[in-house]
Amino acid sequence: MRLLLLLCGWLLSAPVMAGAPIVAAASSLQFALEEAAQQFTQQTGQALRLNFGSSGNFRRQIAQGAPFELFLSANEGYVQGLYDEGHVDDAGVIYARGRLAWVQPVGRYDQPDEQTPLAGVEEAIAALEEGQRLRIAIASPEHAPYGVAAQEVLQKAGLWETSEPLRVQGENVSQAMQFALSDEARGGLVAYSLAVAPALSGRSETVLIPETWHTPLRQRMVLTPQATRAAHAFYEWLQQPEAKAIFDTYGFSTD
Amino acid sequence: MDWSALSVSLRLAAFTCLFLLPLGIWWGRRLATTSFRGKGLCEALIALPLVLPPTVLGFYLLQQFGRDAPLGSAWAALTGGGLNFTFSGILLASVIANLPFAIQPVQRAFEHVPANLREAAWCSGLSPWQTLWRIELPLVWPGILSAAALTFAHTLGEFGVILLVGGAIDGETRTLSIAIYDRVQAFDEQGAANMSALLLVTSLATLGLVYGLAGKRRWSRG
Repeated sequence: MRLLLLLCGWLLSAPVMAGAPIVAAASSLQFALEEAAQQFTQQTGQALRLNFGSSGNFRRQIAQGAPFELFLSANEGYVQGLYDEGHVDDAGVIYARGRLAWVQPVGRYDQPDEQTPLAGVEEAIAALEEGQRLRIAIASPEHAPYGVAAQEVLQKAGLWETSEPLRVQGENVSQAMQFALSDEARGGLVAYSLAVAPALSGRSETVLIPETWHTPLRQRMVLTPQATRAAHAFYEWLQQPEAKAIFDTYGFSTD
Repeated sequence: MDWSALSVSLRLAAFTCLFLLPLGIWWGRRLATTSFRGKGLCEALIALPLVLPPTVLGFYLLQQFGRDAPLGSAWAALTGGGLNFTFSGILLASVIANLPFAIQPVQRAFEHVPANLREAAWCSGLSPWQTLWRIELPLVWPGILSAAALTFAHTLGEFGVILLVGGAIDGETRTLSIAIYDRVQAFDEQGAANMSALLLVTSLATLGLVYGLAGKRRWSRG
């Protein structure tokens, strides 16, 4: 009986984390924002709840009324869309510019040089003619900005159609990174910020894709109408030199 | 281990059982002992979540939970909040997704209670409530416990529906199974491994309980 009472007490006392602002962030920020949030929490004592996923998904969820207080998109378009439809009160600010990179599992294939970062894709296409299927991972171009950039790069290089039977799509760029490092993959076009993260840099070989090959990944963030003071504080903090330094270490440009 | 996800999962499973068990006993008994027009359709509707892809259920719920939809707007008028991306929303989704798990075992158990036993109880002067309480429930309790165990375990493992209507919000709608998905995506394989092991053990223990009870029932009948 006492146990039952305890159980009821716990059920009723529930929403434990209530209060800490919920931040929706693009998967490309998986490591960088975790570090930034940790520093912010250390300095201010304010806890944050981070949610990572594809920017397009968050954009849809915010339009449907999800309780996010701050949205860090991997592009500009989704924030602008929310603003145009009246779901947010302003168009936010650009906090970083992301880079696309070719990533492949470490030590298994020749690493493409910087002039021909798509050599891996071409090799995989050539291998397909010999009956070997090496996968190319990208994020879903439907709702992940890095997927859109990857599609633009492949289209511009004339490899979009020929790479079609080889492509696997991650639901977001973090999953695409996972696919790119799997045994079946030749590699993938993913966020540079994930490839350089300490957790993964040992497992991958990386070549940057020239920024002029795709629409710039200007990553914009915006507060939603339900943003509390704590969310405002984090929004301001992310624009300070300290936060910019963290973004820089993860390969974003913040000038 | 993501403790807040574990807490959300346990809370969700406990509340789902709390809401579904009375409903399961009521409908399970009704379906087992009476026949009415449209009973077949009713049973089909209850069993539907067993075969319907969770994403299909999730998609329809996501639409119904919206503020423009009848259900969503009625809820908003009552509580002032929305259903999508809230604990109340995933609880409602979980109650619907678990209907077959809560009703079918109870129904099977009531079907095994002979009708003349009930009639004998009435003839002995027991009211229908007393019959239920003193005669039927003691006979069907393994079915009820099975229903509770299956509902609990299935709620812990539910993924597609919760992902679609919940949005994986920490401390609110991110359940253990969604936290595992998130941990894998965050390249935290250790975290994912711990939580997966916990769910594996819980599921196995639950099924062990269910089959143990089923065996006991067979044995006691002789």
